[in-house]
Amino acid sequence: MVLTRLSLSDFRSYADALIVPGPRFVVLTGENGAGKTNILEAVSLLAPGRGLRRAALSEMARDGGAGGFGVAARLGDVDLGTGATALAPERRQVRINGAPAAATALSEWLSIVWLTPAMDRLFIEGAANRRRFLDRLVLALHPAHAVHTARYEAAMRARNKLLAEEGRPDPVWLGALEAQMGEHGSALAEARNDTVTALASRLTEAPEGPFARAGLVLDGWSHGDLATELAASRPRDAAAGRTLVGPHRSDLLVTHLGKGQAAERCSTGEQKALLLGLVLAHADLVAERADRRPVLLLDEVAAHLDPLRRTALFERLEAGGGQVWMTGTEEALFEGVPPTAQRLRVERGLIGTI
Amino acid sequence: MGPLLRALEAVNERLESCAICGNVDTINPCGICVDPRRDARALCVVEEVSDLWALDRSRLFPGKFHVLGGRLSALEGIRPEDLGIDTLVRRIEVGGIDEVVLAMNATLEGQTTAHYIAERIERFPVRITQLAHGLPVGGELDYLDEGTLAQALRARRPVS
Repeated sequence: MVLTRLSLSDFRSYADALIVPGPRFVVLTGENGAGKTNILEAVSLLAPGRGLRRAALSEMARDGGAGGFGVAARLGDVDLGTGATALAPERRQVRINGAPAAATALSEWLSIVWLTPAMDRLFIEGAANRRRFLDRLVLALHPAHAVHTARYEAAMRARNKLLAEEGRPDPVWLGALEAQMGEHGSALAEARNDTVTALASRLTEAPEGPFARAGLVLDGWSHGDLATELAASRPRDAAAGRTLVGPHRSDLLVTHLGKGQAAERCSTGEQKALLLGLVLAHADLVAERADRRPVLLLDEVAAHLDPLRRTALFERLEAGGGQVWMTGTEEALFEGVPPTAQRLRVERGLIGTI
Repeated sequence: MGPLLRALEAVNERLESCAICGNVDTINPCGICVDPRRDARALCVVEEVSDLWALDRSRLFPGKFHVLGGRLSALEGIRPEDLGIDTLVRRIEVGGIDEVVLAMNATLEGQTTAHYIAERIERFPVRITQLAHGLPVGGELDYLDEGTLAQALRARRPVS
């Protein structure tokens, strides 16, 4: 699973850019603010969701452009495209082989996992970001996860709205929504359980290496008759103004296996190593189970590793295979990357070959 | 253009919603409701008139129809009383119907609406069925999304 062509139109700092990426390492170097992360963000939009910055679509259109933007990519013989128009700047449009499609359908073709500097605080922040990170890992193994998540959340929003209405909400209507939440919620919890279990056992059995091994536990609602639990929870949910039971409240609990310590209590460097180890183990798991490797987007990851771990990272990535996009300010950071890598220099919205 | 415009105008003036099923026709009750060759014991419930037309194009369904005029949507404020659900319940209450086919779209709102109607009419002695979801005719497996494939697998049946 590799991108063989990426074109950006009026996207962020790029009026018009074309990259013909190689099948393995794509190394983007340039000064801060040159537009390296914008390229990774463009790639991240080829997956369901809001991309690696979680920005609003209207922010992605280039200042001084026509108001819309487009990102198009080729993946073997499949064309994927996404963007927004000036008339509907907040409506994400997706095309697969030229035909309009739902954003959730992108996961059928491509799985993308990313690490960004903002994720350094993943273990310290609230559970929502960890759930999102986990869901991205799940998606690589269970492409239908995006549909189940979207439908579960849509049914939950509708239920919350009904519960907030004056008077007694229609119990049959609530029951119909709870049945949908039960169906899709069970499917999404099952996919998360499967992914966490497989990843946890892989990490537990792995030998100690340069990247700390993470112990993983999925906390929160995981199985049972969700529709019945939701029906029983109506008065509480109505009072709280939100739904208090269900997989939307789950959390991924991470521990440093070597130290037996909760991830949030580890040092910043250790947390980074844990996260990296997790992503690498996941890529191996996906390769083994789904016979395809996720595309990895590693934003400013090399800069924060000591030389030993940096070399180890490049070796792991080289051994694993798959397409890896990396950014950094200095070319020297990527000396350990094989010479076959494609090295691109990014300067103020322009991309050049090194 | 003149004759065409006059014909369209005449249609526009005479078109109305069927008081029984919600279909659009130049007569009321509509041609389907008054057709004696139709099986009155089977009733197919659809969201929109266009869905009725799709199903009736090649006389796929031998029975009669009921058009809801939309689907439940809490977020858009489309409530049960905005749809033809009460008239549907009354039609079933009168009797003479053995099977109700819920032919809603396979969207979240369509399926929520189907579930809602099933619950509202479960007290009547009718068989409630739903359209199957799965492999399209002429479809190739490797082009199908995982959700559709999963549905098709779940609804697999013995080869007779």
